[in-house]
Amino acid sequence: MPGVRPVHEGLFTPEHLIGGRCDACRRHHFPAATTCPYCGSTAVTEVALSDTGTLWAWTAVTAPPPGYRGEVPFGFGVVELPEGLRVITRLGESDLSRLSFGQAMKLDIAPLHEEDDGTAVVTYSFVPSECA
Amino acid sequence: MTGVAIVGIGMHPFGRFEDKTVTEMGVEAVRAALGDAGDPEFQAAFCGTAYSGVAAGHKVLGALGRTGTPIVDVEAGCASGGAALMLAAGAIRAGQYDCALVFGIEKMPKGIIRSSFFEPWREEAGLAATPAYFALRAQRLMRESGVTKDLLAQVVVKNRRQGVHNPDAMFRAEVTADEVLASRLVCEPLHLWMLCSPNEGAAAVVLRAAPARDGGGPGVTLAAATLRSHLPGSALHEGTPLSGLADDADIPAPTTLAATAAYEEAGLGPADLDVVECQDTDAARELLSYEELGLCPQGESGEWIAEGVTALGGRLPVNPSGGLLSKGEPLGASALGQVVELTRQLRGGAGPRQVDGARTALGHTVGRGANASVVLLQR
Ligand SMILES: [Zn+2]
Repeated sequence: MPGVRPVHEGLFTPEHLIGGRCDACRRHHFPAATTCPYCGSTAVTEVALSDTGTLWAWTAVTAPPPGYRGEVPFGFGVVELPEGLRVITRLGESDLSRLSFGQAMKLDIAPLHEEDDGTAVVTYSFVPSECA
Repeated sequence: MTGVAIVGIGMHPFGRFEDKTVTEMGVEAVRAALGDAGDPEFQAAFCGTAYSGVAAGHKVLGALGRTGTPIVDVEAGCASGGAALMLAAGAIRAGQYDCALVFGIEKMPKGIIRSSFFEPWREEAGLAATPAYFALRAQRLMRESGVTKDLLAQVVVKNRRQGVHNPDAMFRAEVTADEVLASRLVCEPLHLWMLCSPNEGAAAVVLRAAPARDGGGPGVTLAAATLRSHLPGSALHEGTPLSGLADDADIPAPTTLAATAAYEEAGLGPADLDVVECQDTDAARELLSYEELGLCPQGESGEWIAEGVTALGGRLPVNPSGGLLSKGEPLGASALGQVVELTRQLRGGAGPRQVDGARTALGHTVGRGANASVVLLQR
């Protein structure tokens, strides 16, 4: 029976993004790493990041970039999380007239494309909260 | 301390050359630079390139019968040529060599550049779309600096107008703002004509030890050549991370790090500059460069392009060569192409695109890595 495969291991669960928090400098990072990218400390703890944030930048990708097999256009942008983190992400909305600065966004684990055996490849993305 | 003089320059035009190898283009540029310098003996060669494969510099110098010295290939993305220049200049200053050859060569794949930089899953997820990152940076610049899409188009109009007079440029026809805005939308707010074309070409310079702060002679001095990488924190720096910090206001951009170091090395500041060649991968990148290089105060790059400050005839002409928007961008060659242009400007030999009386010049590249290079020239 065809299953579901995350585009990459260790990035997200069905409910949240997997990030890291540094015990030395207190900053969060994403994706989770064994060394803090900001201060180099190895005293980092894996944490579930907030599944809501606000929109900080966005555009729509109109032509398939190299190595990409999903649909175009797709939304692409930056969502700011309450942890003080800005995450580069796909957006579930590619109609730019429906997006605005500071808009409330919510995490959505969304299908990317289907493999030959029917396996659905999913990735993290954010959608406007009112549509989620 | 020993100074460094630029005693020879050579170019292979930037464009698409189906019937030429990257080695052949390199040979033309190096032969021209060595000829311009009076065919000196050099003790080392540095070759900037990103896509030419193993020992690309050896192939060029092998074809010229000029091997035997150290030949070092240098990869630093868009700043590869700047990195090569930094290494050569540093070695001359340290007394290791009297004369060094620096060249950059490239034959880029067509279309959106596929880079080994990204992990395969990022490509699969659509998180490796280079123009989309440019677009996000452009949108933030528009929000923070009052830049409009029309002003982005004006950058293209300016550079294409200046490129008309550059025989080494790929595009040599003027365009109007309406035409730019009517070209295909790639990633809002960037239209196709606001993005430079990856292409092919080569550029070379010959460096020689010279008395420091000579000042009196007719020659061109390399006053600084710096390379910097990114500091972590900004979500949109050219290292294209997957996240950044919301509190990034005090984290300098790679370009600012390289520029600050170059100004300090040369004892110069932005107010001393007469002419600039800066990275205009896309129209917004040129405006961002004005701010990150300290040419204009933060938030005023839109006013600068609107008022014509950076057009030929303006207070500080930027990209008199036509920039990458006219020349196209062969990664390894692009920084040295700027040095060739700026040397022509300082020698007074730039023809219809000459900046009158130019004495101090800045060249700048920034891209993948992140890598940013800044070069300061004086006569
Ligand atoms: Zn830390």
